[in-house]
Amino acid sequence: MSKIGNAIHEIHQMDTLAARDQWVNQIHPLVKFVLTVGYIMTVVSFPKYDVIGLAGMVVYPVALFLLSDLSFWDSVKRLRLVLPLVCFVGILNPFFDRNVILIGGIRMSAGILSMITLILKGVFSVLASYLLIATTSIEKLCYAFRLLHIPKAMVTQFMLTYRYITVLLGEVNRITQAYSLRAPNQKGVHFKVWGSLAGQLLLRSMDRAEDVYESMLLRGYQGDYGYMRERIAMRWQDVVYLAVWAGLFALFRLCPVMLVIGGLFI
Amino acid sequence: MHMADALVAPAVAGTMYVCSAAAAAYSIKKVRLETDTKKVPLMGVMGAFVFATQMINFTIPGTGSSGHLCGGMLLSALLGPYAGFLTMIGVLLIQCLLFADGGLLALGCNIWNMAFYGCFIGALLIWKPMMKKGMSRAKIIVASILGCVLTLQLGAFSVTLETMASGVTELPFTTFVATMQPIHLAIGFVEGLITAAVLVFVYEARPELLFGASQAERKEGRFSFKKTLAILAVAAALIGGLLSLVASSFPDGLEWSIERITGSTELEAAGGVYQAAGSVQEFTSLLPDYAFKGSESALGTTFSGIVGCLVVVALCVGACYLFKFFRKKKAA
Repeated sequence: MSKIGNAIHEIHQMDTLAARDQWVNQIHPLVKFVLTVGYIMTVVSFPKYDVIGLAGMVVYPVALFLLSDLSFWDSVKRLRLVLPLVCFVGILNPFFDRNVILIGGIRMSAGILSMITLILKGVFSVLASYLLIATTSIEKLCYAFRLLHIPKAMVTQFMLTYRYITVLLGEVNRITQAYSLRAPNQKGVHFKVWGSLAGQLLLRSMDRAEDVYESMLLRGYQGDYGYMRERIAMRWQDVVYLAVWAGLFALFRLCPVMLVIGGLFI
Repeated sequence: MHMADALVAPAVAGTMYVCSAAAAAYSIKKVRLETDTKKVPLMGVMGAFVFATQMINFTIPGTGSSGHLCGGMLLSALLGPYAGFLTMIGVLLIQCLLFADGGLLALGCNIWNMAFYGCFIGALLIWKPMMKKGMSRAKIIVASILGCVLTLQLGAFSVTLETMASGVTELPFTTFVATMQPIHLAIGFVEGLITAAVLVFVYEARPELLFGASQAERKEGRFSFKKTLAILAVAAALIGGLLSLVASSFPDGLEWSIERITGSTELEAAGGVYQAAGSVQEFTSLLPDYAFKGSESALGTTFSGIVGCLVVVALCVGACYLFKFFRKKKAA
């Protein structure tokens, strides 16, 4: 059951990365969130045969990996969930889209181009989400959500879920470990104990929720939850950062920048 | 079934965000979270529970594979449809942000495909009417399996529709549907069994925790069982009718694409043969402007693009290093 251990490790790793004192980590969370959504929207809006235009969008993740001193290879494993689905949808494009496009004098299947753009879109959007969460703590993200007027009950619930995931993952890890030690030759949980194994945990979790609520009440909880101790002010650097990236996204999307720059050198 | 960002067009993603946000706003209103402060911590812990238990592999007898819990159905059976829906949103957001399971842009689609159907259809149209006249093991098992199968079928069908409307795949609609639906039928059945096992355990240990348990003695509600069955039948007929209509209209990718162009929405008109031809035209007419100097060859244009990409990336890398250099110098 190392899958659960990996999940716990990943959450702790994200917390550690987000808590670092990097320049990108200090950017206003709302700016980073808006930019991430804007970047993903720009990426997925590229036409399906525009591989070169889309390839230019690599600039944003490259810059952020460098500026925030994050390891690219740590993010690669996050693609394991996205790529299979994207590949499943895109892999048949070369068979069904038999239009031909001339590239460099070579007759190329339009389906292959659309498959490449689909995979690039998948990779870029995952990297952008990773860069957001690796440079922004959940508390700051919740703060940004509140600035976007997402109801506080939803945001509080989101944060509590996040906080309790590690606790419950730890509990699930112990339960499954104990089970596997008693049933060494089984791959998963036997159907006869499906109900009791998860059910016991469920009942304990509901009791835990009651305890959590009482503890929160004792600490003065009345439905409002302070995500940040202090208000995060928007600095001029944040505004410039937002404007520069937003401008670049628009430029890359609307103009064939790569071709123009390449034309200057060839 | 989590959709990635690459599979949705911005317009589809935006539409689904609006739909999911409307369902969330309605849920907040119904569940009165602002006044019922106790529910928020319960939802938080239950969201974490669903997330954690989805990591447990439940062995399917007779096969070498394993299944997982159906979060939407389980949460709505414990918290009710509205609180269950809001909790599922939190779970999906965490899955998306922390584990890249589903995209940020596709979150609206994922909320709709998994949380909305699981909580609203599963709880309001199946669980609640079935439990109105009292609970029993058999009813819980039937409701769980029926709920999981139906909600997963609807979810899988929505994934197909959203992907096709986004125009990212050339897979014919019928092939896509024929691949998605049977797989999710099997998954739904297994998830239903696992969810039923957990809910039956709760029913036997602490039945008061289940949604609708206290309503068993109440008078007849808004929907009778017959009415619900009639609604389900109409929904099934509608979905089946629409499915067969669409399937017969689009026997192959080309005809489907042509039909899509003549459709009324912008999105539909953006894909298929028209877009293929348009892109070919655009590609061949635009590129010569950026070919080798004094050359009109396609080879030159391609190189221009590749060189352009490399130069921009190199500039970007250089700028980042310069920025970091000056910051370090300033800090020193």
